[in-house]
Amino acid sequence: MAWLIVLPLGWASLAFLLGPGRGAVAAIIGLAAQLWLVADLAAAVSAAGARTHAVGGWGAPLGIDLAADGLSVVMLLLMQAVALPLAVYARAYFAPGADESRYFWPMTGFLVAAANALFLSADLFNLYVALELLGLAAVGLVAAGGGAPQLAAALRYLLATLVGSGAYLLGVAALYGTYGTVSIATLTPLLAAGQAPALVWIAGGAMLAGLAVKTALFPFHFWLPPAHGGAPAPVSALLSGLVVKASFYLILRLWLGPLGELAAAAPGAGWLLALLGSAAILWGSFQAIRAAHLKMLIAYSTVAQLGYLFLIFPLLAAPSAAQAGVMHVFAHGFAKAAMFAAAGALIRATGQDTVAGLAGLAERLPLTLFAFGLAGLTLMGLPPSAGFLAKWQLIEAALAQGYWFVAVVVLAGGLLAAFYVLRVLRQAFLSAPAAGALRPVPRTLEWTAFALAAASVLLGFRGVDLLALLAAGGAP
Amino acid sequence: MTANELLPLAVLASSLVPGLVIFTLPEAWVGTRSALNLFGALAKLALVGVLLAGVNEGQDYAVRYEALPGLDIAFKADGLGLLFVTLSALLWLLTTLYAIGYLEGSPRRSRFFGFFSICVTATMGIAMAANLFTFFVFYELLTLSTFPLVVHRGTEQAMKAGTLYLAYTLAGGTVLLTGIVWLHHLLGHTEFAHGGIVAALGPQAAGQLKVIFVLLIAGLAVKAALVPLHGWLPRAMVAPAPVSALLHAVAVVKAGAFGIIRIVYEIYGIELAQSLELLTPLAVVAAATILWGSLRALFQDDLKRRLAFSTVSQVAYIVLGVTLFGPVGTVGGLVHLVHQGIMKVTLFFCAGNFAETLGIHKVSEMDGAGRRMPVSALAFSVAALGMMGAPLTAGAISKAWLVEGAYAAGMDWAAWVLWTSSLLNAAYFLPILWRFWFRRTPAAWPHERIAARGWRETSWLLLLPPLATALATLVAGAFPHIELSPLDWARLIAEREYAPR
Amino acid sequence: MTSGLIFACAGAAVFALGVAGVMLIAHLLRRVLAFNLMGSGAFLVLVGLGQRAGVPDPVPQAMVLTGIVVAVAATALALALMRRLHAATGRAELPPAGDDD
Repeated sequence: MAWLIVLPLGWASLAFLLGPGRGAVAAIIGLAAQLWLVADLAAAVSAAGARTHAVGGWGAPLGIDLAADGLSVVMLLLMQAVALPLAVYARAYFAPGADESRYFWPMTGFLVAAANALFLSADLFNLYVALELLGLAAVGLVAAGGGAPQLAAALRYLLATLVGSGAYLLGVAALYGTYGTVSIATLTPLLAAGQAPALVWIAGGAMLAGLAVKTALFPFHFWLPPAHGGAPAPVSALLSGLVVKASFYLILRLWLGPLGELAAAAPGAGWLLALLGSAAILWGSFQAIRAAHLKMLIAYSTVAQLGYLFLIFPLLAAPSAAQAGVMHVFAHGFAKAAMFAAAGALIRATGQDTVAGLAGLAERLPLTLFAFGLAGLTLMGLPPSAGFLAKWQLIEAALAQGYWFVAVVVLAGGLLAAFYVLRVLRQAFLSAPAAGALRPVPRTLEWTAFALAAASVLLGFRGVDLLALLAAGGAP
Repeated sequence: MTANELLPLAVLASSLVPGLVIFTLPEAWVGTRSALNLFGALAKLALVGVLLAGVNEGQDYAVRYEALPGLDIAFKADGLGLLFVTLSALLWLLTTLYAIGYLEGSPRRSRFFGFFSICVTATMGIAMAANLFTFFVFYELLTLSTFPLVVHRGTEQAMKAGTLYLAYTLAGGTVLLTGIVWLHHLLGHTEFAHGGIVAALGPQAAGQLKVIFVLLIAGLAVKAALVPLHGWLPRAMVAPAPVSALLHAVAVVKAGAFGIIRIVYEIYGIELAQSLELLTPLAVVAAATILWGSLRALFQDDLKRRLAFSTVSQVAYIVLGVTLFGPVGTVGGLVHLVHQGIMKVTLFFCAGNFAETLGIHKVSEMDGAGRRMPVSALAFSVAALGMMGAPLTAGAISKAWLVEGAYAAGMDWAAWVLWTSSLLNAAYFLPILWRFWFRRTPAAWPHERIAARGWRETSWLLLLPPLATALATLVAGAFPHIELSPLDWARLIAEREYAPR
Repeated sequence: MTSGLIFACAGAAVFALGVAGVMLIAHLLRRVLAFNLMGSGAFLVLVGLGQRAGVPDPVPQAMVLTGIVVAVAATALALALMRRLHAATGRAELPPAGDDD
């Protein structure tokens, strides 16, 4: 398990030393190895249940424990499975010797290492460190090689993410002060046992608020569109597909673990999150429908889709709600990565970023648009994609507990997503000639986008397997 | 996986696999593409034949796949499903032939035929679905695969029509999904079963069941083009003729009507639907659609738009038949599913012939077309007479059963609606026939693309399909009581539905 | 009130001031300083609350050290970005949000 953290750190440093050309190769090899390791871990967890590993042989409380249960393994799988095609994509995307790619590979390595550490951590403080590292790496990716708008977006993101993790740290500090431990496994029964003092409530609130900022929950979403919309396509794909999911994972983990009792005692918290999630869906979709630039459209779509994830919190009494959340994380991870990848190819071909400029591209770049369409299918929640499975489970969980208005929000969200996805497809299917000559697009870009999109749809057929993996190892 | 489980999947694969391959073919590989298309169509027919033979012997073809815990994708081959499957398979073969001829020289044919094949795959999935969940999955797939066909020409008008189509169908799909999830939540499953499954919920669920029924029917009514949700259909006429033929005779509209049939008979059960007082409102909607469609058709000059409104009206016949409580009405509705398909596809084929060969799109331009294109005009006339319910045509059979069913159910007003509609049909079809045969041909046609060669007025690929379906119309009308005729089949299905349990 | 508790309350107050600074101040350098203030506040809470019956507890001290390192790294990144932004735009403030699209 520790290899999953050490290996990306290794190839990140190697990439920094070797430069972008060979660094890319190191990254791809490293990610492939990691994917294999995760598959191995998944098999082990499915067979034998959750596992722990004490780093360096020193266990908690002085050492660091790593733990892998169903939820961790699923997130790890998502991470490596999306990062690998994106690495192949990025290698073809960046022109050789470009300024952006000098820092792309090392930063990506740190990002992957941080994410893996996040998913494997078993105590709150290690989670903080991983969270910070993830944020810093992400900020670095946004800023690397960019002009003033990217720098401004990166700084805005940095400040937001630092406030978020600062609040989280404050919560951790308060919890440690009250209970004397930061291990999740130890804390959960302690919090469940007795009446938690007011400090713990404040701590919980601070942690959730901080993580909500990092997950761009409405109204803390202001940093996301400029950051994801302005960065180069592979960076946007990584950020929208994976990074925001990591902080969501943490919210879910906390909600199902230590903060679970608090959440059960204060249902208002769950409803607040759901309300903000609904607002995110509506606002994000509205802005996406209006956006003139393609990547901004996709970035606002991320804001909207993240809203779905927060709808599950009041519904967690039904097991299908948590399953819906994880399924959606998976589906959206693949689909959004695919969408940004496709957008990158489209922008590369037309040399500009607007939706209007996509006229008539359906004939020239059919595979890319097909990938975009498939990804859009998942976002709209149409069968047979994994997005549809997530939608079904979410609606069922809502109806099972009598909250039909949540179901209405989910269904409305699907229709709104159709609006902005169709905007793009409609432009592309017009038989108007393209404004200028098209620049050649490397086939790799199209195929990786297609592979990611196909994965999000094909996952719809293997939903049961994903859920079985989630349940294995006694997920919380 | 046994052979019995493999067969339904093979039926799906016989159009899915060639379709996916066709996407990758270069535009210039005409021969390969046509060969793949025809191979798929013929393979599908052969497989359907095996299915029919097997079901006749009492074999059971069912296959399941778990999509989510407690939620299965399931296929089965039962009488009702096979009726739709066979109709679709036969008409797909003919439409493929027609499309190959019609689109000769058009751009983007690989994309067209790829989506065409996926569209048929979706129709097969709808027909063979064993539960509402599977039905829904393929229903939405049908929506998605027909969109590129509607916007194929890429003009501004096509895009507008396509967007409108999607707006209607996606909204309808959302409403349908709501009903399905609700039902699944109440029952724990949504399997189709003779006599319905919902009765198990008991009388206390009656209120909820009524709302669910409205949701389900509303969602399906969009595709079935029931008033007031029919707006997309006339606008979708901007698509090429093979698309209109397929959409309006085989796939989309029929899928909506088929779904309504499944809901009324195999989810709710006809008796429960009657006791919940759901049938009469539905009958009223169907009747209103019949009359409104026929009225609008009278005032259309564009031939395809006139046919579109005629479809709106005719598909409502099927829904009306479903709501007439009693085996006779059921038979009428079911048999009209088949007959209307055959007749309407003929009309669209011929309309496409006139447009493609002579460049005439409007009824007012059709003077003397019968002299120049006698075969197409003859096929058109036969089908039009069938629509009117003239004797010896398939339409007469279905109309007779429907009228009798109306009386048997005590809904005499429905019979009046049917008679009025026949009159209106005559009013908008007879003038066309008059123009074909009894008016002088003009000096020149607006845009004669294909010259006449002897008796071959146009490409044989464009002639053969409408001739085949026109012949079928006559055979079904003249020999309704032979074994395995649509009527015979419909009666078998109705018998099982009304059999005492 | 034990000394630990005084430190903790002070830490919370400092944290709040830091957050307010990050959110409300316009000049970037001051915002970075506010962030550091925020971090210090959190560390103060950690150390202040983490005392067990007078015996020094090594774990929060280790955590604070780690936290300081992380904060230094974050500050370095922030300052580097700020300098680049200043070189590109001539201003040490973020441009108003929503100016694109």
